[in-house]
Amino acid sequence: MSAYRKPLPSDDPLLAPFWENAKAHRLSVQCCRACRDRHFPPGPVCPKCLSEDQEWETVSGRAALVSWVRFHRAYWDGFVGDVPYDVCLVALEEGPLLLSNFSGPMPEDPRAGLPLEVVFDDVTDAFTLPKFKVAP
Amino acid sequence: MLILKNKVAVVGVGTTAYGSFPEIDDYGLAARAFRNAVEDCGVDKDKIDGLLCCRIPSYARMGEILGLDPRWTIHMPPHGRMSGMAIVEAMLALETGAADYVALLYANIGRSRRVNYGGEELAGIWDPWGFTSPGAAHAMMLRMHMERFGTTTRQLGEVSVAFRRHASLHPDAVMKKPITLDDHAAARPIVEPLRLLDYCLINDGAVCIILTTADRARDLRKPPVLISGVGARDAFSRSAISNFDADFWYSETREAGEAAYRMAGVGPSDVDALMCYDNFSPTVLFSLEGLGFCGRGEAGAFVEGGRLQLGGDLPTNTDGGHLSNSYMQGWALNVEAVRQLRGECGERQVAGCEVVQYVATTPCTRSVIYTRG
Repeated sequence: MSAYRKPLPSDDPLLAPFWENAKAHRLSVQCCRACRDRHFPPGPVCPKCLSEDQEWETVSGRAALVSWVRFHRAYWDGFVGDVPYDVCLVALEEGPLLLSNFSGPMPEDPRAGLPLEVVFDDVTDAFTLPKFKVAP
Repeated sequence: MLILKNKVAVVGVGTTAYGSFPEIDDYGLAARAFRNAVEDCGVDKDKIDGLLCCRIPSYARMGEILGLDPRWTIHMPPHGRMSGMAIVEAMLALETGAADYVALLYANIGRSRRVNYGGEELAGIWDPWGFTSPGAAHAMMLRMHMERFGTTTRQLGEVSVAFRRHASLHPDAVMKKPITLDDHAAARPIVEPLRLLDYCLINDGAVCIILTTADRARDLRKPPVLISGVGARDAFSRSAISNFDADFWYSETREAGEAAYRMAGVGPSDVDALMCYDNFSPTVLFSLEGLGFCGRGEAGAFVEGGRLQLGGDLPTNTDGGHLSNSYMQGWALNVEAVRQLRGECGERQVAGCEVVQYVATTPCTRSVIYTRG
């Protein structure tokens, strides 16, 4: 098996639970135990109430398509074989926005609001990328 | 800020040539721009007691090179949104007496040093999905604008075509060959829906702007250009995706614009020329809507038919902007505002130009309204 050459998750310790959950096929966002605000990316304190009492909450995986773009340029060598490739912006049912990829080809009729659901792509033994497909 | 209306004047502006200059560094370019600005206004260099450096590695080295010992020094990061912020800071310093003559200095050597935007070595949160670059963020916003309001890439092309026409009339501009809407549509896609002609240039160059109080400005070489209005609003709480806002910074642009208009006592219909931060062409559409030149979602239709071109209703980026003149990250647009009000723009001069507005619709949105002194 050839080495995975695309960018790996950053080693930001705040994000580690997100990637650990993804590896277990759980999509999660940071949630404030004090005021229940859900946010992503995570922070050291809640952006609403500044509490440090934060936990990770598994979300439904249901989302709506917000926007999408097609990269014709490979900004990393690992993407050279992929161009053109698509990146989508989705709004999780629970609120936060997430950038991701479609799990297969671009939906035939992409439009804002298209219902999506998460799928987990085990791209290496070490990490899993949450992606999205059209909800049935 | 209302009390600062017409209290601060731009008295000197200086620019360098724009292009690729591997033989000179940012300090050398900034020194040229500084010398040109000093000559432009005739101020005694040693009277300059305020120094603001942006995208220049060291303010101390810059001051050493120019032989300055200021009372007020500020260093700003190399981000595109700093010029309007810098101007507001300078106004405050001049009004409070922290400085009497302020030089704002900006230099960029991104072309000759092969600066890339996107794919940075420092891992970003969205990298694993292949998302990177400010252009991609603006492509994402444009798609949302298209979905929500029916805006088309053909309409967007009007922005690039207008600014290229202006650049063709500007001797210093980097890209002077006129383009058509068809050229825009046929350009190489980078991150769709954006194509090459929707992207700013990357080039070397430097800009210097010298400001002082309106009282002191009367003693200098050229008629002062007054800062009549400024407005500001940042948007950090929604900035999880860099250079992206799901609402196109609409409320921030509206607020900054309204504050600037109120302070200056003018409205959009009084603006003779608009200098609009154009890192990517969609930013112009977002700015026009936020400032109220057209209704929400109507910017695509608004720019059709050459409305942004010289001779149109709202001549915009008459120097060619970042898309075709020079990637001086807002700084050169503020210089163009001054030159238009002085009547120094030759073939690209807006006739009877009395009010010029600058706007940068970004996570740090700023607007500045300039008038003739």
